[in-house]
Amino acid sequence: MTEPLLEARGVVKRFGHVQALQGADFRAHAGEVVALVGDNGAGKSTLVNVLSGVVAPDAGEILLDGRLVRFSGPQDAQRLGVETVYQDLSLAQDLDAPTNLYLGRELLRGGLLGRLGVLDRTTMRREAVRAFAELGVTLKDPSAPVATLSGGQRQSVAVARAVAFAHRVIFLDEPTAALGVVQRARVLDTVRRVAERGIAVVLISHNMPEVLSVADRVEVLRLGRRVASLRAADTTIEELVGAMTGSLDREQAAAAVVGGEEDARGEEEAR
Amino acid sequence: MTTTGATDREPDDRPPDSLAGPTSVSRDASQGAASTAAPAPGAGRPAAPAAPATVPAPTAAARPLLLRAASVSEVWTFLILAGLVVFFTLAAPRTFFTTYDLTQIAVNAAIYLVLGVGMTFVVITAGIDLSIGSVLVLAAVAAGEYNIHHGGADAGWWTVAVCALIALGVGAAWGALQGLVVATGKVPPLIVTLGGLGAALGIAELATGGQDPADAAAAHLQNSLGYGKLLGIPWLVILAAVVTLAFGLLLGTTRFGTHTFAIGSNPAASRRAGVAVGRHLVKVYALMGLLAGLGAVMWLASYGTTSIAGHSTDNLRVITAVVLGGTSLFGGRGSVLGTVIGVFIPAVLTTGLIVIGVQQYWQDVAVGVVLVAAVHLDQMRRRTRERT
Repeated sequence: MTEPLLEARGVVKRFGHVQALQGADFRAHAGEVVALVGDNGAGKSTLVNVLSGVVAPDAGEILLDGRLVRFSGPQDAQRLGVETVYQDLSLAQDLDAPTNLYLGRELLRGGLLGRLGVLDRTTMRREAVRAFAELGVTLKDPSAPVATLSGGQRQSVAVARAVAFAHRVIFLDEPTAALGVVQRARVLDTVRRVAERGIAVVLISHNMPEVLSVADRVEVLRLGRRVASLRAADTTIEELVGAMTGSLDREQAAAAVVGGEEDARGEEEAR
Repeated sequence: MTTTGATDREPDDRPPDSLAGPTSVSRDASQGAASTAAPAPGAGRPAAPAAPATVPAPTAAARPLLLRAASVSEVWTFLILAGLVVFFTLAAPRTFFTTYDLTQIAVNAAIYLVLGVGMTFVVITAGIDLSIGSVLVLAAVAAGEYNIHHGGADAGWWTVAVCALIALGVGAAWGALQGLVVATGKVPPLIVTLGGLGAALGIAELATGGQDPADAAAAHLQNSLGYGKLLGIPWLVILAAVVTLAFGLLLGTTRFGTHTFAIGSNPAASRRAGVAVGRHLVKVYALMGLLAGLGAVMWLASYGTTSIAGHSTDNLRVITAVVLGGTSLFGGRGSVLGTVIGVFIPAVLTTGLIVIGVQQYWQDVAVGVVLVAAVHLDQMRRRTRERT
């Protein structure tokens, strides 16, 4: 297999006494849809927060394109082409879709007006409408506040924002949780199309059939570390659930099942 | 002591003059003044195009368009304002719609407009600034003290300019300080600026012994900005209009404005999107302070005294105007145009009630009721929106 586009090695993150990540590994290749699954509290969100620059890890390394990177914030990650669609969508409800799409990266007018910070609304509107159209979304009124859109449309705005600016990795945190059947199919379709552009798509989901249908590979987290990396095509739901709950542990048999964190780290180093 | 502020404002004692004054002016002139003077405070934007819309309001054909437009919150408040103007004009055709009254309304509103413009930004970030009256006093005292020691009433232009800069600087610095505390996110803006209200006033009283110093304003300042006019429009009104227009454009067309809305709408999302939320909040509160400093200059020019005890209700008046204008106390929504309307509703009410011979204190009652209704409406809108 080729060099991974994004790789995490032995990431550790503690919040007070809680050890959210205990030496977690992760890999995603260009053009690949990777599902990140795990039970509640397995460390999925923390891992995504670390990989998208929201949270700084206590230990471990992150490699992007084979180079060691250290994000000092989400903007750092964004600058390197790593975008995240948060579960709460992270939209400014009172602003319209184009403004949300360009929030923090507004296009300014040319010349003096631009130097005064005047926005180029026409271009932003046009580009936004095009970005939405690419996802098969037509907004009746692009200048309507996001709050007036349906759940699916809001989702699309958040996804479109990530897609428009990501050129390496997109994290999608439970992108279909709040959606109806049709919208869900559309988002999953989008996920595939984005991956075809050579972007690594990381999908966090609780929906096992969905994971198996859309992902190329599944990485399973349990108790703060990766316990399995499976090819979706060769995997059944039972195997996934087994890996998540600990009855099946392919990668590191019995590593984190009962052993304390010290034991686990000891094994990690020995490996 | 708050009453001193009210009597300072002097619209109350003027109606007799206004009865005498405008009758000597011809009817045509007063009509002409009505059409030119009305848009002046709003810098020409709101009044002219929207005014005709109020006329066909009762007809059935106009209703769909009105309903569609009603989603914009300013339209409602504008209709209220237009209704008031129409009512008072019909009730007192000779006296209400005259150059004198319009000018007086605009002059009285000018300082509150400048403060209201800054408050609009603050409230859109889901913040509030209770300290503006005290900051105005502090800035006025700082400028006044400099003036006293550099020529007093006979001070030259150079002193006037330095005084203005001192007032602006003190206001902006105080605002920035409050913004810094707000930006840490540890203390809510309500408390930060409540503390600022007390502290700023206290410092002003310490500096002056609690007495308004004599010769705080130079004659040059009063004769120019205070009483001067350009083509019949007072400089105070022109200054307020320019500030309003500039800040309206800042809010409506620039990245700064967009970030203001975004922070009020969803601070966490703004931060994730790369908006420097803390730094932006400092700027917004500093702007508010700057405009309070400008208000101090306008006050000194207009009344020639620091009126230490006369600004304790400025904050409530200004917040009322901003909220009446459709800016949401919960942040994320609002406009400078709405604030312009919101400032003029109480101003028109006061003058109008005097003109038709009703006790002006009814104005406080009416504004209070409308304010509560406006916030209730805002809440309802928010709730129905979230249900969809």
